[in-house]
Amino acid sequence: MIEMSWIYGLLGGLMIGGAAALFLLVNGRIMGASGILGGVVDGTGFSTLAERLAFLAGLVGVPALISMTAGAPATHLTDNLILVILAGLAVGAGTRMANGCTSGHGVCGISRFSLRGIVATLIYLAAGMATMAIARHLLGLI
Amino acid sequence: MRALFAFLAGGLFGAGLLVSGMTDTTKVQGWLDIFGAWDPTLAFVLGGAILPMLVAWRVAASRTAAVLGTPIPPKPEPLLDRRLIGGSVLFGLGWALAGLCPGPAMASLSYGGMQGLIFFCAMVAGMLIWHLAQRQLLAKAT
Repeated sequence: MIEMSWIYGLLGGLMIGGAAALFLLVNGRIMGASGILGGVVDGTGFSTLAERLAFLAGLVGVPALISMTAGAPATHLTDNLILVILAGLAVGAGTRMANGCTSGHGVCGISRFSLRGIVATLIYLAAGMATMAIARHLLGLI
Repeated sequence: MRALFAFLAGGLFGAGLLVSGMTDTTKVQGWLDIFGAWDPTLAFVLGGAILPMLVAWRVAASRTAAVLGTPIPPKPEPLLDRRLIGGSVLFGLGWALAGLCPGPAMASLSYGGMQGLIFFCAMVAGMLIWHLAQRQLLAKAT
């Protein structure tokens, strides 16, 4: 049995991969969300600032337009603000430390058969699954 | 030109994240919850995103530069260091706690409510904290 959300997942995934292919073949850049934002935040990407800001404008702006016209999907993000802040800090520091996140290491790295991308993806998946097991099933936090 | 195509890539990325359901934290947490009601949607998203990129890397291999003249980014050395591993563990932990990684956190900024904005600010703070900590470590090492 195939569920509708899997088809939307595949369709959205193809769009994400298409965006990464466009950014690679036209601009010559790796489409990694944490790297593009991180270079703006800490100033290390100053020489490519306009390109980074344009990418981020599209990333925030186009979903904003879609959600205004077609309705906003629910994010179901927890309203436990301590959890939200801790998670945000860990995601920000971790992705910069590891030099990539789901888009850079995951989408762009795996498709290139990059050892770093594959290993990073396996580790953050394992860490995420372990965290989920402990935080949800042992501690009942989330 | 660079900014225009960066905007288009960012926009397609954001639209793909919205369509795929990856801005819904329950889907991401459901994927990581292998001991609970496991949700395989993320596998369809990642698989769908890797397909166009497999083609894109093949095309890139036959060129010396991207369309706008930037050299194709070289494949990183297959170096598995503490930074890659530690950073990925930290990222996986935060990813599971909130169900957001950097791309969806930005794509859902317009409809993710106050919690979404707080997550984004904490993520930016985490990026800055890592940047400053890394500079301290470098200063100590020399």
